[in-house]
Amino acid sequence: MSQITMTQAINRAIDEAMAEDEGVILLGEDVAAKQGGGVFKISAGLTEKYGEHRVRATPISEQAIVGACVGAALAGFRPIAEIMLMNFVTVAMDQIVNHAAKLRFMSGGQTHVPLVIRTTTGVGVGFGGQHSDMLEAWFAHVAGLKIVTPSNAADAQGLMRAAIACNDPVIFIENILCYGLKSDDPGPGHIVPLGKAAIAREGSDCTIVTYGRTVLDALEIAGKLADEGISVEVIDLRTIAPYDEATVNASVEKTGRAVVLHEAVKQYGTGAEIASRLNERLFGKLKAPVTRIGGAFSAVPMANALEQAWIPNKDAIADAVRTAVNWKG
Amino acid sequence: MTDTTIDRDKLRDIYTRTMRVARADEKFRSLLMTGKLAVIYYTVRGQELVSAAAMAALEQDDYLVTTYRGQHDQIAKGVPLNPLFAEIAGKVGGTCRGKGGSMHITHPETGVMVTTGVVGSGLPIANGLALASQNRGDGKVTMVCFGDGATNIGAFHEAMNMAQLWKLPVIFLCQNNRYGEHTAFADHTKVDSIVTRAKAYGMTGVKVDGNDAIAMYTTTKAAVDRARAGEGPTLIEAMCYRMMGHFFGADFSYMPPEHLAEMAAEDPLPRLRQLMLDHQFTEAELDAIVADLDAQMDAAAEFAANSPLPGPEEIRKDVFEEEIAA
Repeated sequence: MSQITMTQAINRAIDEAMAEDEGVILLGEDVAAKQGGGVFKISAGLTEKYGEHRVRATPISEQAIVGACVGAALAGFRPIAEIMLMNFVTVAMDQIVNHAAKLRFMSGGQTHVPLVIRTTTGVGVGFGGQHSDMLEAWFAHVAGLKIVTPSNAADAQGLMRAAIACNDPVIFIENILCYGLKSDDPGPGHIVPLGKAAIAREGSDCTIVTYGRTVLDALEIAGKLADEGISVEVIDLRTIAPYDEATVNASVEKTGRAVVLHEAVKQYGTGAEIASRLNERLFGKLKAPVTRIGGAFSAVPMANALEQAWIPNKDAIADAVRTAVNWKG
Repeated sequence: MTDTTIDRDKLRDIYTRTMRVARADEKFRSLLMTGKLAVIYYTVRGQELVSAAAMAALEQDDYLVTTYRGQHDQIAKGVPLNPLFAEIAGKVGGTCRGKGGSMHITHPETGVMVTTGVVGSGLPIANGLALASQNRGDGKVTMVCFGDGATNIGAFHEAMNMAQLWKLPVIFLCQNNRYGEHTAFADHTKVDSIVTRAKAYGMTGVKVDGNDAIAMYTTTKAAVDRARAGEGPTLIEAMCYRMMGHFFGADFSYMPPEHLAEMAAEDPLPRLRQLMLDHQFTEAELDAIVADLDAQMDAAAEFAANSPLPGPEEIRKDVFEEEIAA
């Protein structure tokens, strides 16, 4: 079977959506052919097919980019905003939090904002404190936003199609380290519905709930722990919000143990929400406390030695699972 | 470039829009004074004519984006009074089912796409509406209204640059009422006029006496015609006065006596009335327009009073397309 990278997969999803609907447009810094089709080449070839009026390279103006996409969405378009790096999304927070997220509600359903904000980030490439953050918890706290992050190329394609088709704003987080990942080619027209987690690996002793790049870490650890006789189930949320509580609860009910893992800083992260919900719903069925693993409570450091110390550590993930499995109360 | 002549029908139209705004504002204030309404309200006293003349230059399906002090823009654009009053009162019969209130009036049927409570945030959104029209070739223009205070926030500058870069069919209408909240213009901005900022973006900018009905209308019409012809955006700085406090009931003792005197002398309502008389409209004719409007205000207030309160289930609706489970 032929294979496809995450970069190709996202490009294909956008290409398919643009071919189907004139209202799908792409705005962002450097995204047009003249600028090389984007810093990460996600929009390569799209200007040639659809024109500069639909693939618009913008000034470095994140508020204006997201704001223009909000306006176009209100007029019935399905715009995609490329915000080069997730930390730059902070510059556009007013448009995202006060407008994109709330206009459907504040208008009593008269208007809505079918907008996708694509952004990339990731720890492990030495980009330092302002180019690496995972800020999904900021957005998960806001009613009206959906948050998606793929862990593999096929899901990236299918989730992007679903995000563009969604009638509400979606924050689509890509991880720089995952762009080169290859999946079996899912073929054209592949769609992965929003709000549905995947069971990335089945197991019976402990569930690791995670999303994005750390799914790869979880799968690697699950493989190693299998050699120790520990059977780990890995849940890839795919959509962080809305949260697929049914899938996660079913898994944890089965295993009785859960470790929540994410790259974002642990404090006040999505792991806190997930652990809390598991305690509220499954308290009597848990065989061990639900624990969390996340990034360190500091800015992401540049030096590789520090960055590796910052990032959720694979040994720590394995230890958390062992602790849960061996929990005596 | 401003014409001094105007079609009588257009003048009547501007007068009717102005007085609809004025009588509605008066009604809201009376409801607040008598305790029949207890909501935050940003009075538009003093800015009635600016938006009436501007909206008279737009078509009903042109887009409008405005701000929390935007009742004059919405009413002049044509938002029907019954749902407008009900929305301000937080009732189910409101434009937004009571979920937006005066700061978030939305009414797509009359082109009112966004009313924002955040200063300056409407400008980038207006660009997007205009971009959609440009790509579709539907000939619509987008107007965005904001105050002088909004011209010092980043969104203004980002949006102005992008609009000119892409020659978007958008009109930036700065209603310079000389105060940003409690701060006088000279205390927040060092240039003499907002319109000088248009030059920084290579944009056409026009300064106009917003209380001169004919100048305000013809200036806006010229900008609308340019935008429809694909010639790009215009920044209009319409000089006017905010004749009361920042919000209804707020202290405005910080306005110096000479400013208050200047403001009273420039009141747009008697000035427009005189213009109408100069154009051979009779007192009786004008009084009849106002009497008819007052009857509409009474009916709208009654509609709002009788409209039910929204139920708690509304909280789960319109967060997303799909209702949130109870």
